[in-house]
Amino acid sequence: MTQPGAESWVDVPTGGTVVNPGSTERNLTGSWRTKRPVIDFDACSHCMICWVMCPDSCFATAKGTLVSVDLDHCKGCGICASECPRKCIEMVAEGRD
Amino acid sequence: MTLKLRELSMLDDGFNPGHGLCAGCSESVIVRQVLTALENPPVVALATGCLEVSSTRFPDTAWKVPLIHSAFENAATSASGVEAAFKALVRKGRMADRPITFVVFGGDGATYDIGFQWLSGALERGHKFMYVCLNNEGYMNTGIQRSGATMLGAWTTTTPAGSVTPGKPQWRKDMTGIIAAHGIPYVAQAAVHHWKDLMTKVRKAEAADGPAFINVLAPCDRGWRYEPEDTMAISRLAVETALWPLYEVENGKYKLNGPRHKSLPIVDYLESQGRFRHLLRNGDPAVVEEIQGIVDLEWNRLREKCGLEPELSKNEAEAVTSAD
Repeated sequence: MTQPGAESWVDVPTGGTVVNPGSTERNLTGSWRTKRPVIDFDACSHCMICWVMCPDSCFATAKGTLVSVDLDHCKGCGICASECPRKCIEMVAEGRD
Repeated sequence: MTLKLRELSMLDDGFNPGHGLCAGCSESVIVRQVLTALENPPVVALATGCLEVSSTRFPDTAWKVPLIHSAFENAATSASGVEAAFKALVRKGRMADRPITFVVFGGDGATYDIGFQWLSGALERGHKFMYVCLNNEGYMNTGIQRSGATMLGAWTTTTPAGSVTPGKPQWRKDMTGIIAAHGIPYVAQAAVHHWKDLMTKVRKAEAADGPAFINVLAPCDRGWRYEPEDTMAISRLAVETALWPLYEVENGKYKLNGPRHKSLPIVDYLESQGRFRHLLRNGDPAVVEEIQGIVDLEWNRLREKCGLEPELSKNEAEAVTSAD
């Protein structure tokens, strides 16, 4: 997908209309992060509190179960780790394994 | 009308990541909860504010639902125009009649201050739409200036705390009460941490026969000066200290939805945020007491409207027991 600003001026829609719904997805805000959430799936009860509390829609779900974290967009705020009722999400500093 | 997170998590929330809101911002959480809870397809009008500048940076948009970007003041007016136009087109047979929910998102600047007259007009005309106020208690988008929603004693860049003034010198407006005075079918106050309460209120607002208003407290980690992971904890504290009671006004009838008792003193809330640090550090107990006094007064007024006995503050309760 083209990067913002890469379009020619003739391709820019007129009248300030935006014709590509949900296109901010191409902005990889994961680069903002200093800590990343790591989920202990053995302890996870799939209550989806993290899913509903995430500001960046980063918790991928399938058929009512938690599958993974979208680290391309996670800004590392840590709300999921502090709100998890089972405390099975840990914030790990980036750059360490 | 059951709300189960596992079932809701299978729905599309209508709001994509990659927007520019700060890490730990509660506004996108509220938007996702509102859009997920809606049962009809929405048409959204958006007032200028943090949410608008961060989610609709041209040529991108985070929204996957029809959206109108309005100016700071006229989001309610845009929504009422769209609603009226939709009804007219249906009447003329140029559009199929189907249930659509018209939703407005506005910040506290757009709701309490700049768009107040326009919102009031739209409510008075009785358009069927739902207004959600994302109340972060200030103009955070332009750099944390005071608004009509900012609390007494709070530091902002236009009410700096120092030797002359202890932050903002005035109390905030009771906007939920002002909107309730319009006599519209549904008015509610909600908080972001209590997702079930918020989503239930969204469904009630959607089903209301006329305009509806939900005032949601939206903690702002940059402007309120706390760590991003504490967003939900701060919201919870605001409810537990009775600073932000959860209640609804359905056809004029008040009902408390949140805790029925005040469990914490206001100091706990003030301590949690950097914007009140000067009140506690410099030892300004007069302002803290003043805030506690207003909170107690408003809480008891609300309890009275809900048909409950007033709750005595700790000092008053001690005075009563010692008199016995």
